[in-house]
Amino acid sequence: MNTFEFIRPPDSETAIAASAQANTAQQGADVRFVAGGTTLLDLMKLNVETPSRLIDINQLPLDKIESTADGGLRIGATVRNSDLANHATVQRDYLVLSQAILAGASAQLRNMATTAGNLVQRTRCMYFRDTAMPCNKREPGSGCPAITGANRMLAILGTSEHCIATNPSDMCVAMAALEATIHIQGPAGSRAIPIGDFHLLPGDTPDRETVLEPGDLITHVTLPPPVVGSKQFYLKLRDRASYEFALASAAVVINLEDGKVSRARVALGGVGTKPWRSREAEASLMGQPANQANFRSAAEAALRNAKPQSENGFKIELAKRCLTYALQTATA
Amino acid sequence: MHEHPRPGPSTSAERVFFETSELIEKTPKVGLDGPTSPANTSISAQPTASSRNILATVPVKLRINGDNYELQVDPRTTLLDFIRETIALTGTKKGCDHGQCGACTVHVNGRRVNSCLSLALMNEGQEITTIEGLGTPGDLHPMQASFVNCDGYQCGYCTSGQIMSAVALLNEPCGPNDADVKELMSGNICRCGAYANIVAAIQQVRKNA
Repeated sequence: MNTFEFIRPPDSETAIAASAQANTAQQGADVRFVAGGTTLLDLMKLNVETPSRLIDINQLPLDKIESTADGGLRIGATVRNSDLANHATVQRDYLVLSQAILAGASAQLRNMATTAGNLVQRTRCMYFRDTAMPCNKREPGSGCPAITGANRMLAILGTSEHCIATNPSDMCVAMAALEATIHIQGPAGSRAIPIGDFHLLPGDTPDRETVLEPGDLITHVTLPPPVVGSKQFYLKLRDRASYEFALASAAVVINLEDGKVSRARVALGGVGTKPWRSREAEASLMGQPANQANFRSAAEAALRNAKPQSENGFKIELAKRCLTYALQTATA
Repeated sequence: MHEHPRPGPSTSAERVFFETSELIEKTPKVGLDGPTSPANTSISAQPTASSRNILATVPVKLRINGDNYELQVDPRTTLLDFIRETIALTGTKKGCDHGQCGACTVHVNGRRVNSCLSLALMNEGQEITTIEGLGTPGDLHPMQASFVNCDGYQCGYCTSGQIMSAVALLNEPCGPNDADVKELMSGNICRCGAYANIVAAIQQVRKNA
């Protein structure tokens, strides 16, 4: 691990000013915010992250969960994943989010990891994590050995010829289905980004994973008011029953009227290069009777553009079954 | 009174601190850009664009098992390395050093965390508890006694992490069944495979609570 300067700013403005001096807010950043440390310290030990300055934001007042004026929920950047998952309002109104968080990591890691940290969680692609290997995400232009190599865990949706790394988050998949908004305070003021626009597809620049720029501090996430009568479910399929990243996962928020789907929000995890909202599946479900055949059709629509690699073709059928089963369970 | 002297500021830690102090005097301060500042200004609220105050060591104040420690550490020192190497409380174990095995589990303000993925500097002002702060050989914590009764270990390397995790679990939302305990203990790996007895030990404490 390279050494670094450790600073503990007294307020967000000072933190932002310190971060604004960074060369980038993406891969290769020489300045990083640290809160839980569960991703950052891990990658610093691997020399994948090499910041020369760490800005500790744990003492900033960003750790509250509060109702918003419109009846939604405001989740502070440094709210710990366990506190969010076990919050009474989340369990009552945003169950899919609680289920998704509790399906991820371990109890210890959930006690440390934060809302904002989870939003910028890095991929588990083994080539990204190994500095002895080429990786376009870690070292732009060096190549992607995953495409011809060990890619069983990697993405089938949103990939490019330069990168097929999976976004590993469970929390973000639920937030995509709940249509969360990310609130960012930067040197030029504040802005709000829908979660669907926050993460970037790898394209030609897999080193750029989010819209964040130097000085941008995620302050909180908001959820819209709960959808009355919605049924929610998060299903995660993985190699172990617990404490493992998803091979495929599905978050569904669905409403029925007279047995037909009147509203559906669907997102997939473990298969995309970003948390994967499937508007194709949502469109396929709208107005249709809630039955297995229609759920399967929605799953077919969600995976229609899937691109398998040499070892992960099984994920296409797995993701279809995952979504079908999640829709069945939610509406049962 | 403790049956065995507990490592603390007045015993073996003092020796480590002495060695560390000598090291500080012998080690030139590291500066990447321009002159360096005294160590005590490295944690600064007013960073400037042109200077990065990267120093060999920085001051840290930690409270562990009720004892206060004020020492100079390399800023890279994890909470785990501070506990094991700097103050010589070796009950906490280093397994994977990447948050994957749970051997390093300690409590911060009563909540279990992986001490390998937290910097010592990030834990100032927190109440930290290690296995040494839980019980003593003559006065075991009920969870320690239950691990003995149920034979919840073989080689013992993961045991302090298992016990710290299990004690924290008692204050977490957890269903009544073995499956609920297994799910919440999944962050603690036991390569000897003592899982069945570990779950039994935890359930025994929960039933007697």
